[in-house]
Amino acid sequence: MTQVERQRWDVVVVGAGGAGLRAATEAREQGARTAVICKSLFGKAHTVMAEGGIAAAMGNANEHDGWEVHFRDTMRGGKFLNQWRMAELHAQEAPDRVWELETWGALFDRTADGRISQRNFGGHEYPRLAHVGDRTGLELIRTLQQKIVALQQEDFRESGDYEAGLKVFQECTVTRIVKDAAGRVAGVFCYERESGRFFVIEASAVVIATGGIGKSFKVTSNSWEYTGDGHALALLAGAPLLNMEFVQFHPTGMVWPPSVKGILVTESVRGDGGVLRNSEGKRFMFDYIPDVFKEKYAESEAEGDRWYDDPENNRRPPELLPRDEVARAINAEVKAGRGSPHGGVFLDVSTRMPAEVIRRRLPSMYHQFKELADVDITAEAMEVGPTCHYVMGGIAVDSDSAAARGVPGLYAAGEVAGGMHGSNRLGGNSLSDLLVFGRRAGLHAAQYAAGLGERPVLDEVQVDAAAAEALRPFSAEGPTPGEAEEGRPPENPYTLHQELQQAMNDLVGIIRREPEMEQALKKLADLRVRARRAGVEGHRQFNPGWHLALDLRNMLLVSECIARAALERTESRGGHTREDWPEMDRQWRHANLLCRLADPTGGLAATDPVRGQIRLEREETEPIRPDLLALFEKEELVKYLSEEELGS
Amino acid sequence: MSSYEAGFRVWRGDIEGGGLEDFKVEVNDGEVVLDIIHRLQATQAPDLAVRWNCKAGKCGSCSAEINGRPRLLCMTRMSVFSREETITVTPLRAFPVIRDLVTDVGFNYTKAREVPAFVPPRELGPGEYRMTQADVDRSQEFRKCIECFLCQDTCHVVRDHEENKAAFAGPRFLMRIAELDMHPLDAAEAEGLDRGTTAQDEHGLGYCNITKCCTEVCPEGIRITDNALIPLKERAADRKYDPLVWLGNTIRRRGR
Ligand SMILES: Cc1cc2nc3c(=O)[nH]c(=O)nc-3n(C[C@H](O)[C@H](O)[C@H](O)COP(=O)(O)OP(=O)(O)OC[C@H]3O[C@@H](n4cnc5c(N)ncnc54)[C@H](O)[C@@H]3O)c2cc1C
Ligand code: SF4
Ligand code: SF4
Ligand code: FES
Repeated sequence: MTQVERQRWDVVVVGAGGAGLRAATEAREQGARTAVICKSLFGKAHTVMAEGGIAAAMGNANEHDGWEVHFRDTMRGGKFLNQWRMAELHAQEAPDRVWELETWGALFDRTADGRISQRNFGGHEYPRLAHVGDRTGLELIRTLQQKIVALQQEDFRESGDYEAGLKVFQECTVTRIVKDAAGRVAGVFCYERESGRFFVIEASAVVIATGGIGKSFKVTSNSWEYTGDGHALALLAGAPLLNMEFVQFHPTGMVWPPSVKGILVTESVRGDGGVLRNSEGKRFMFDYIPDVFKEKYAESEAEGDRWYDDPENNRRPPELLPRDEVARAINAEVKAGRGSPHGGVFLDVSTRMPAEVIRRRLPSMYHQFKELADVDITAEAMEVGPTCHYVMGGIAVDSDSAAARGVPGLYAAGEVAGGMHGSNRLGGNSLSDLLVFGRRAGLHAAQYAAGLGERPVLDEVQVDAAAAEALRPFSAEGPTPGEAEEGRPPENPYTLHQELQQAMNDLVGIIRREPEMEQALKKLADLRVRARRAGVEGHRQFNPGWHLALDLRNMLLVSECIARAALERTESRGGHTREDWPEMDRQWRHANLLCRLADPTGGLAATDPVRGQIRLEREETEPIRPDLLALFEKEELVKYLSEEELGS
Repeated sequence: MSSYEAGFRVWRGDIEGGGLEDFKVEVNDGEVVLDIIHRLQATQAPDLAVRWNCKAGKCGSCSAEINGRPRLLCMTRMSVFSREETITVTPLRAFPVIRDLVTDVGFNYTKAREVPAFVPPRELGPGEYRMTQADVDRSQEFRKCIECFLCQDTCHVVRDHEENKAAFAGPRFLMRIAELDMHPLDAAEAEGLDRGTTAQDEHGLGYCNITKCCTEVCPEGIRITDNALIPLKERAADRKYDPLVWLGNTIRRRGR
């Protein structure tokens, strides 16, 4: 038995972004002793980077808005593949979650009558995004962080200990979920970045809130944390992932200079009036309005321009189509030779708004371009192109309770959970998702933990295996006896990571083709073998090479899920575009693809590209509830739903 | 695209001690110091410890000192240095080092906990808050803070005076008190908490002699001294008896 430090908590939340922190406050308020674990410092999670806003149908800017409208927009954005019950709960509860933040000290931008201001965003029928300039994520994370501190101050007043009921373990990484003999969650295995020390937290319920997977792609808006850890943790614990083929490429990332390629340019630039032009100066988006959206978008520049001031009598400009549409259009323009000098297109606000308005409404964008690219966005156009941004796929969960399927005690919320956004997420719907389902996950995890009579007992074999696995990179130096690769020097984890990113970017990127995805699976099989030999220098104390070597396991698992599911889904929908299957197929509307570990008992050595580590399973989605279907016009539904679905 | 080889001098070591290590490393157009540190990791020093997240100046993780000046590694462009210059990167000086460029910033989290939280007004429920933009502008400026702790690192009250740390919250958290004090709906006073006075009595506002060094290093351009600390001092003490406030106001007026 490995001698590692152990602690006991009721609920463990893995991740301190919006979802994790909201789950933690809820669990603690339900009376559960709650531990939060995160890879970075407290307050630095990815959520801090969110810019544009948080979607909630409060109706402050347009009184016609309401949850039904928000629900419709979300389903349309996701091309009706959304787990509809999640979309419903999300639309209904988002306003309460935003208002609640105000009572915890958040300060959103205001309307003239003192309410929370709401801005336009792609795919949202009305101005719906509560925001703070273009630093909304910072406001969200800081407010939740300060709420955690407020709860800790309460505990301090009562017990003299700030951390009696709620503790944040910052700069710690979870590498395995540990279960009991009956297969229930029993705790997590972690290492501390600072010291490299291992520890185990025993807990009856675990909420995974680890965010996304972007670091498997070369061009991405995501930070180093996005190595798909939570996705992998769930898979390894026996829970399936849902619809992993859907990856959102945000249309506007920076393209120059190379070192900042991929960094996000917020959609608010377009929401506030920015336009896209090609090298010929043409607003090309008018040529890319797909049939399903024809009635909803402006036909001429003049109409689009009038919409900003008179939305009742005009339709919105096509720059505000859902992200998948805009990203594909940019890709097509560049491919046709009408791109900007550095391989993007032009995004211009300088000719659309006075300089001081730009600086006030888009301060961080102004700052970002000035500092990083020497571009003054009040005077010239930005160059932008698609960047890997968000994963719609994720852990398959129960809509109401956020419980992961098949593993009692496991919950998931935030970007790591699947279903809510269907095949494509609307801007602003993530931050609201974090709060709505973060709260639900915290609530149900706490109730589950309280309802268990006895604490599950950790399976010690799993603890030992986790420790051995985590130490492996330090002993990769020597030859591995009996293996074909015997005697080769250890692999550099940084090189492996770069090769993986390149392969995913080139072969399973924004536009996909069958032979390329097959090639990707071969490459992944090769990388899998080499990753087993990833070796590191130095010691366990704050060693980034070691951390990366461990993250590779997760990135390889998640990448394989994406590639395999993408190969299987022979249609184009939302964040999954097949050049060889360019149409949306109504028969695929009611199909979910689930990824499971091929060999849940064995190791991860499988090198056969055909079989690999992941097994796919196709399932029928649950039919959409009739009263929700009734919110749409029949003419619209026929574009998405099959005959059988419409008939019922 | 032009690239060149730059001389870098990076502090390596841990609590036990350490020193500057020299590197020669490739630099390309448009890169920032953090890119170079990453290149060192990928090619020459895989275990070089550094904190970073967003690489876009939004998270405040990558704080360090470049040529002795507290800065964000991800927002310092290589083009601000000459090609001949050797660039020295060291960890934040005011905090204990953990390893290489990573320091123990726990001091800041301790101080954050000592500032009493926002007090919601009893009479208003969720959704009933009404505030004008003009009323929230002041506090919003302070909420732009990305908690990079560069101001905490540079402030002379603690930079070379470990002994002051217990009594002094530092500019970031004095500013947090100002933020709550200026929040239009904070009900602290109704609950018997005078934030201005506690800033002085419990969080060490008196140590600040408005040198404005904090304002100078803030990557968010927050006017910490002028907009937060001086008004807080005004609230805390009767202005007539605080010569520093008088001095600060005079400087402020001349600066305009
Ligand atoms: C640049 C940018 C701008 C965006 N703008 C918007 C916007 O305007 N509106 C919107 O709705 N959405 C936006 N998004 C999307 C949104 O920000 C994210 O989807 C969301 O913040 C994810 O939150 P989360 O709580 O799921 O995870 P995160 O905030 O990413 O938090 C994940 C947490 O998990 C921890 N973690 C991960 N792995 C482990 C592990 N193995 N062990 C321990 N801890 C771990 C991390 O340390 C971190 O604390 C944006 C995204 C980006 C990149
Ligand atoms: S103005 Fe005050 S807080 Fe800021 S650096 Fe000077 S002494 Fe420190
Ligand atoms: S006030 Fe400025 S310098 Fe200080 S922590 Fe905040 S952002 Fe950093
Ligand atoms: S990495 Fe986020 S501020 Fe530098």
